[in-house]
Amino acid sequence: MSRIETRFQDLKAEGRAALVTFITAGDPDIATCQSILDRLPAAGADLIELGMPFTDPMADGPSIQLAAQRALAAGASLAATLEMVAAFRKTDNSTPIVLMGYYNPIHTWGAERFAVDAARAGVDGLVIVDLPPEEADELVPHLRAVGLDFIVLTTPTTDDVRLPAVLANASGFVYYVSIAGVTGTASASESAIEEAVSRIRRHTSLPICVGFGIRTPAQAAGVARLAEGAVVGSAIVQAIADTIGTPATVTAPLALVEELAAGVRAARR
Amino acid sequence: MLYWHPFTAQAHGKLMQSLNTYRAGPDERGHFGIFGGRYVAETLMPLILDVERSYAAAKADPAFEAEFRQLLAQYVGRPNPLYHARRLTEAFGGAKIFLKREDLNHTGAHKINNCIGQILLARRMGKKRIIAETGAGQHGVATATVCALFGMDCVIYMGATDIERQQPNVYRMKLLGAEVRPVQSGAATLKDAMNDALRDWVTNVHDTYYLIGTVAGPHPYPAMVRDFQSVIGDEVRAQILAQEGRLPDSLVACIGGGSNAMGLFHPFLDETGVRIIGVEAAGHGLDKAHAASLSGGRPGVLHGNRTYLLQDNDGQIAEAHSISAGLDYPGIGPEHAWLHETGRVEYVSVTDTEAVEAFQRCTRLEGIIPALESSHAIAYAGKIAASLPADHLMVISLSGRGDKDVATIARALGDIHLGGLV
Repeated sequence: MSRIETRFQDLKAEGRAALVTFITAGDPDIATCQSILDRLPAAGADLIELGMPFTDPMADGPSIQLAAQRALAAGASLAATLEMVAAFRKTDNSTPIVLMGYYNPIHTWGAERFAVDAARAGVDGLVIVDLPPEEADELVPHLRAVGLDFIVLTTPTTDDVRLPAVLANASGFVYYVSIAGVTGTASASESAIEEAVSRIRRHTSLPICVGFGIRTPAQAAGVARLAEGAVVGSAIVQAIADTIGTPATVTAPLALVEELAAGVRAARR
Repeated sequence: MLYWHPFTAQAHGKLMQSLNTYRAGPDERGHFGIFGGRYVAETLMPLILDVERSYAAAKADPAFEAEFRQLLAQYVGRPNPLYHARRLTEAFGGAKIFLKREDLNHTGAHKINNCIGQILLARRMGKKRIIAETGAGQHGVATATVCALFGMDCVIYMGATDIERQQPNVYRMKLLGAEVRPVQSGAATLKDAMNDALRDWVTNVHDTYYLIGTVAGPHPYPAMVRDFQSVIGDEVRAQILAQEGRLPDSLVACIGGGSNAMGLFHPFLDETGVRIIGVEAAGHGLDKAHAASLSGGRPGVLHGNRTYLLQDNDGQIAEAHSISAGLDYPGIGPEHAWLHETGRVEYVSVTDTEAVEAFQRCTRLEGIIPALESSHAIAYAGKIAASLPADHLMVISLSGRGDKDVATIARALGDIHLGGLV
């Protein structure tokens, strides 16, 4: 059983949802980011999304755009991202890590070779923002061959006609993008999320994680009552940005993760 | 479910050639060989598919075509002349030079052809709000113009660097009622403006139409913009037959994204006797900062399509450089990438300095101030014309007028010749 499957099964037994945390690999620099990454599980992250920095993050708001710029300026790369995962795996072999980003760096690496190298580093799945089902076949079979999950994104514009095609590629979990927009901006209402999650559930038995616009422990708790996971990204990334150059660059994002985890754990399902 | 596969797509590319046509693309998935496609966020996919369906329906509707043609004739001022440039011909000392006068269109460039087509489509789709990216500002001005004409809200994304070097066009857009949003990210040029336009679109997907200005982006944009711009080549064919009694021997056009070039080239792709040349911006030189994606890049995925991109070994997109804001983009339309690989079109490049020289030459000899973009095509024509016979008919796309560039030229000449006089 994969780490992702195991994790969701264990959480189901615990009767709670997952806190999924996002940081950008190499932000603000590779060593500091490794310190944050390695401490995320202890702070309460159940799954980790590690952003692959890209020069042109078209679906991201200012916080994550700037995180990618900081990371690239500090020498981050796709190779460095895999090295960070491999280093993390030396001390943690159970917390799932999903890489999230844009297709071009993987295209450059070579989809087949990247799948092999990512699996070897200890990656569990990929979320590729600009690879819709219409183009996904150039990557998905290579992921399947090495046991990596292809985490699909569904959005408020993905209607019932389109959902089956989008979900046809899905494994691991389904990532519901709760707003039409970029990361770190608007938030959806709980009622809108509830309706969307129940609609997706009619088409899949995979766990559903909800992201975009979730910033506070209360919001995370609200989502945790409706879905199998709440994804928080921009707020954590902003906590890094706000403390760069101080010792709090490591502790501030982790403190926020602890608060978010407390919110999610209090929201029993 | 059918999925694209690189090998079948390559086979399809061969098929198109074996049927003796270069004009059949893209396939139903939006691919030209391995290029093109629809690499966009899921939020946009349903809308992209809707644009595709709506465009297919519009294309099949004679009323749509009739309104497009009428606006091109009465509003844009088409057909514009195919002008025999006697003094450039004499100065170059070889081939007989013709200029396709897109600079004489309303708003001063070829960009308006595409904007007329897409605004009609946006209206047909019931959209009320238009967004666009712009580099030199020509596409922004053309978009703001058609939005004024059709009473639609208009937001233009423009890099802060480009706003600085294209002030007259920024003010024109504002006069026309558009909101110009400066983009600060990256090098603050066309690529970054396109990123922010995509971010706006994903946020306002319910009421907004993205009026892309070149033959790039996700399918169906590359094919749709090509179709609207093909009026350039269609007119050239009719005009040169009327004026010279035969087809041209060569076509030369500048390429950023490549829409004026594709509009000129496409109607001639299957005329194997016509030599076709696309001119990219070599900036400071191909070994330095430049914007020549085919000469200095390799295939990748950006802004919705697979094409040649300037990028590093990690797949990070490189900053392009050209003195011409309209060519300052690290990619190129996917159909050009395909025509490059098939060898049907020759792609070459011209430096900033060569373009500035050609700008001056055309201005002084013909009394026509060309856009810096178009000056790249004139410069390359000047390099090869002397080696060609006097009966060689060469058509250069004069894609736009150069009034917008006078401040840039003054700065460049100040550096090169005038010792700071301007």
